[in-house]
Amino acid sequence: MYRSHVLVCGGTGCTSSGCQQIMEALQAELAKNGLTEEVSVVQTGCHGLCALGPIMIVYPEATFYSMVKPEYIPEIVSEHLLKGRVVKKYVYEETVTEEGIKPLVETDFYKKQHRIALRNCGVINPENIDEYIGTGGYEALGKVLTTMTPDDVINTLLQSGLRGRGGGGFPTGRKWQLAKDLVKGGQKYVACNADEGDPGAFMDRSILEGDPHVVLEAMAIAGYTIGANQGYIYIRAEYPIAVGRLETAIKQAREYGLLGKDIFGTGFDFDIDLRLGAGAFVCGEETALMTSIEGNRGEPRPRPPFPAEKGLFNKPTVLNNVETWANIPQIILNGPEWFASMGTEKSKGTKVFALGGKITNTGLVEIPMGTTLREVVEDIGGGIPNGKKFKAAQTGGPSGGCIPAEHFDVPIDYDNLIALGSMMGSGGLIVMDEDNCMVDIAKFFLEFTVDESCGKCTACRIGTKRLYELVDKITKGQGTLEDLDKLEELCYYIKDNSLCALGQSAPNPVLSTLRYFRDEYVAHVVDKKCPAGVCKSLLSYTIDPEKCKGCTLCSRVCPNGAISGTVKEPHVIDQSKCVKCGACMEKCKFGAISKK
Amino acid sequence: MKSLEELKAIRERMQGQVGMRSESATDTRVVVGMATCGIASGARPVLTALSEAVAEKKIENVIVTQTGCIGLCQYEPIVEVLAPGQEKVTYVKMTPEKALEVVEKHLIRGQVVTEYTIQNVMK
Repeated sequence: MYRSHVLVCGGTGCTSSGCQQIMEALQAELAKNGLTEEVSVVQTGCHGLCALGPIMIVYPEATFYSMVKPEYIPEIVSEHLLKGRVVKKYVYEETVTEEGIKPLVETDFYKKQHRIALRNCGVINPENIDEYIGTGGYEALGKVLTTMTPDDVINTLLQSGLRGRGGGGFPTGRKWQLAKDLVKGGQKYVACNADEGDPGAFMDRSILEGDPHVVLEAMAIAGYTIGANQGYIYIRAEYPIAVGRLETAIKQAREYGLLGKDIFGTGFDFDIDLRLGAGAFVCGEETALMTSIEGNRGEPRPRPPFPAEKGLFNKPTVLNNVETWANIPQIILNGPEWFASMGTEKSKGTKVFALGGKITNTGLVEIPMGTTLREVVEDIGGGIPNGKKFKAAQTGGPSGGCIPAEHFDVPIDYDNLIALGSMMGSGGLIVMDEDNCMVDIAKFFLEFTVDESCGKCTACRIGTKRLYELVDKITKGQGTLEDLDKLEELCYYIKDNSLCALGQSAPNPVLSTLRYFRDEYVAHVVDKKCPAGVCKSLLSYTIDPEKCKGCTLCSRVCPNGAISGTVKEPHVIDQSKCVKCGACMEKCKFGAISKK
Repeated sequence: MKSLEELKAIRERMQGQVGMRSESATDTRVVVGMATCGIASGARPVLTALSEAVAEKKIENVIVTQTGCIGLCQYEPIVEVLAPGQEKVTYVKMTPEKALEVVEKHLIRGQVVTEYTIQNVMK
């Protein structure tokens, strides 16, 4: 029996900021103080506030230590764990008040969140199946196998209004119904799409790292519902922690008989295997993913037939995204009405977002559908650092678009985002401020899709390349107004003619920036200026002779010898030699150098 | 796993452990003074006795935690019981045996063990 639990985040974010050293220091220090029998150290998944990692929470007080360093540990152990005095100076500032320490759930970051898919992330040890069972794990599977028919499960999902969280938003209950009914009997499969590839997105990764069993349980429920006895999780090999925890989870579930033959003595057999992807973005597309599981080169194929009819090995298959799976056991246990009571009319429940870019609280959040972008950015995300102004948020990664400041108060759900020319996507949310050039952002995502296009269809393979060249030309100040029209035309051509969602959605970043920030494109083309000061070809650094004291610092830091001048005389930048690195501007103590 | 009962057994065994990791405003907090004065007069066995008894008897919505010096060092070990909406009860000069009595009478049956309260001892 432990009187206190110390939870140390072992997600990818905190691992990279050094949580392993924290764990080791903690264990050593506890042993030194003879507390190993009284205090348990638990490595958990992601808590969400990755910007403050490594994170450590002490229960039962729920004291939230942030940015913990190994050298803090002796003090925390002897003061807090032994003597019960919270070491306030290491505690997350926002939880420290005059009256004492306020609970984490009352902080701005957590207050507006509602955790369903992430409910166990940061709470349980993902490598211990007993802890998952302790929070109600595998009860939904037990309930389904012993008291529900496959049609009951489908009806529950239909009533709940759950839609696919991978981006498309297809009703999950409908998908399962098709897989069950289109083809009667025979071999069927269940698959999990864990090939999260959008730049800046880490929702699925965090769920798998923090609560792997929830995915196994939900997949077994689907197996029972559609009549499948084999599941595959397709996960990218670049997620080593997630892969490791899944392997452990599958092993433990098999040992407990929660996977394998005759689960709960009901005669239902189900097993799951992992398939590692080599990191091609296109393999997140469902048909390419299944082709890859089959052992072939990961390329998409035309739909129909949809996977529900002919999926893996040409058999009916249910393929859902990690976050979708993570919602299902809770819906089964709490009922569809509970789930449908959250969210908006057509988008029920919650959505996990990975907050990134120009935002204070970089991390992982789960919010009810219908929360406004303003609440997410300003309240939960803590606003934009350095007093800068919000310009736009990019959702849906390279397939999505941006939402400009004028739509800051729009409630986030599937249909609103589509109407704004963006999409929910899997949940990456990148915040941009006035220092971001929208043409440059479009170029960044295009570079990504050009790289990741599988090359099977011409529209995507050549189209995205030409699109990139056009945008590149504009950022170099060589574009014409005619190019803007050409750009738009090419976008629609690619959308209409590409085989899969990768190509069909690749022009979205261009279209949406053109829609909301056309003036920025025009500035690049007509005035040959980049208003945000990002596109190097359109920038020039100049020294104000009035302000320059001739200290020679700039000429010494210039990597290309572009600055000349003598001591105590104003210096000059040779524009033909300047590489626009900005080093001189950073070093100048007199603010004499400006970029335009 | 061949039956739901097995699952239920694991859940019950784990609940006391995992259940600690919640932040509920309706919980009763049992706070043991664990400053140098408290430890010197034997607060640690009191704390372990309390947390074990609460887990063993599966008392829900009670958390056992610790705090620093309350300022009444001559009365240590001190145990405070803070139930939502009720006046704080302060037990002084505690021992593991007295602590178990408090668990049995106060936490389970809701009767304050006046014999050990500070008002009584200070008289």
